[in-house]
Amino acid sequence: MAAPVRVLVGKAGLDGHDRGAKVVARVLRDAGMEVVYTGLHRTPEQIVSAAVQEDVDVIGISILSGAHMTLVPKVVDLLRKQGAGDIAVVVGGVIPDEDIPELRKLGVADVFPQDTAPDVIVNRVRDLAAARAQ
Amino acid sequence: MSLLDDWEKHELAEFLHKQPEAQQRYETLSGIPVKRVYTPEDQVPFEEIGLPGRYPFTRGPYPTMYRGRRWTMRQIAGYGTGEDTNKRFRYLIEQGQTGLSVDFDMPTLMGYDSDDPRSEGEVGREGVAVCSLDDMAALFEGIDLERISVSMTINPTAWILLAMYVAYAQSRGFDLNKLSGTVQADILKEYQAQKEWIFPIRPSLRIVRDLIVHCARNMARYNPINISGYHISEAGANAVQEVAFTMCNAIAYLEEVTKAGVGVDEFAPRLAFYFISQNDFFEEIAKFRAARRIWARIAKERFGARKPESMRLRFHCQTAAATLTKPQPMNNVVRTALQALAAVLGGAQSLHTNGLDEAYAIPSEEAMKIALRTQQIIAEETRVTQVVDPLGGSWFLESLTSEIERRCLAILDKVQRMGGTVKAIEEGYFQREIADTAYQTMRGRASGELPVVGLNKYVDPPKKEGIEIHRIDPASEKRQIERTRELKRRRDQEKVKTLLDRMEKEARDPAVNLMPVTIELVKARATMGEIVARLKQVHGTYTETPVF
Repeated sequence: MAAPVRVLVGKAGLDGHDRGAKVVARVLRDAGMEVVYTGLHRTPEQIVSAAVQEDVDVIGISILSGAHMTLVPKVVDLLRKQGAGDIAVVVGGVIPDEDIPELRKLGVADVFPQDTAPDVIVNRVRDLAAARAQ
Repeated sequence: MSLLDDWEKHELAEFLHKQPEAQQRYETLSGIPVKRVYTPEDQVPFEEIGLPGRYPFTRGPYPTMYRGRRWTMRQIAGYGTGEDTNKRFRYLIEQGQTGLSVDFDMPTLMGYDSDDPRSEGEVGREGVAVCSLDDMAALFEGIDLERISVSMTINPTAWILLAMYVAYAQSRGFDLNKLSGTVQADILKEYQAQKEWIFPIRPSLRIVRDLIVHCARNMARYNPINISGYHISEAGANAVQEVAFTMCNAIAYLEEVTKAGVGVDEFAPRLAFYFISQNDFFEEIAKFRAARRIWARIAKERFGARKPESMRLRFHCQTAAATLTKPQPMNNVVRTALQALAAVLGGAQSLHTNGLDEAYAIPSEEAMKIALRTQQIIAEETRVTQVVDPLGGSWFLESLTSEIERRCLAILDKVQRMGGTVKAIEEGYFQREIADTAYQTMRGRASGELPVVGLNKYVDPPKKEGIEIHRIDPASEKRQIERTRELKRRRDQEKVKTLLDRMEKEARDPAVNLMPVTIELVKARATMGEIVARLKQVHGTYTETPVF
């Protein structure tokens, strides 16, 4: 049997809205994945260092403060600098539609806006982890 | 045979035979079973319901309610710098708004100055950036604070923002006893739900106590705290949990302040509450009524209050942001209108109606205007304001009110058995309960069991919604950072240092009230971030063990 998918769910920045992050963490856990949840108010450095240390396949970042265009590029950049560019990054929260292409261009694998169906998230994370394993 | 039995045997039985009901079970959003029809058999005794403006206040805090004074229409606003938000305030006042409400950015809420590296990208985004007395002055320039009440949504740094508000009001020559409004300052629900905290629980409670005591003695009309269920609900809780957890917090504050030797009737009349208005129309109305009755009993029976003002619950209400959808955003106007109507039928003292673009960004001017007009239509056109508690006496509503009350009291007992509110937070009780309900709600929305029009039912093919979105001026963050740095350069450094040392010393003595020194600090142009940083050296910071 393949090793379970490992995911880090991280709350970047100063906003405290953790409802979505925690629900997604639970959905992924229920789907049989190993989930590390960082807790709140993490810096990009803390998120990347936890992801590398825990050797996760995918990082899910949740931001509802509007700071995604500042914080997400930092996470992607730090991952590359630490030779962990193969860890896929997905983003959730309140993300305006027009920012999505820009985030993808920066190397974000996917963006899950509010009310994305849980199955969609599970499948996408599984695919991203599988792609990393190859 | 009773009329009901007879009806069930004849009309109902025949009808069900021809046409079964759509569902096996009917229940409220928080899972309270509801019957097909209510009759005098469900009646609640009139003494328990009572009359408005009299104990137990089920029907409202005042005898005449909206006949005497309409609720305050208080749309929250905040973005960019103090100057930016000041413009929005003036616009809203021009449109007929009767109270102000300030939303602060994340750094201000969390105690970081705009020029702190942790603030990057968040300055002026989710609210207005206020680091110093000068920012506060920009925010309220030209606004008559003796005439308009101001609510500030601020928690761990509430005492500093209140100190700035006081200092600014004094500089304009306003009478502190004429200022009305509130700071949210409800720190306990932060650990449970909204998660904007700085210090550990105990020192945070002491700061709340200082704030309440200071206001009770110096600001006769000011509400020093807004005990809030709103965020508990937005984090996932249902109506019963919202009211019960809010009351647990209220009890903890009452204990904290009375422990310091302040009599309950000295400060309880100025405690204010803040609830959400959700989608379940009747449950929400019943919830507001139940909350009033529960509070009246807590104040009187548990804390021995004697003044009726200590027992009457007054609340601000906001419609439910998390019910609003990104697809088909115009539907949000309708949702908000219905939630606002429930708030009014439930007897709210002040109301914020959400913008239709809530799921996109902070609201545009146009979205705020429609939201305000929604309230004005309810107030001016529907005539629902003519009768106090117009649904009072409804067999259904009264029995639902009593059931919500019963379920809340059971939770209060449970928390007391756990050792009280603080202990229950430390054990993750509230956090777990909220996370569980949030998870069930998500499952219900995903499966369609909880219908959301436009999202899991009556869905349109994907398209770009043509709504106007409020965009933040990127230069605003830079301006704010520059201004904060400039302020730190030009003030009397020695004076700031001496006052910070004094505050540190006073913080180590829990008997001292921190408000006076904080007011002096902000007058000397110490910044919010500096005050917080120094107190972190005394108290440390809070670390959560997340539950999910």
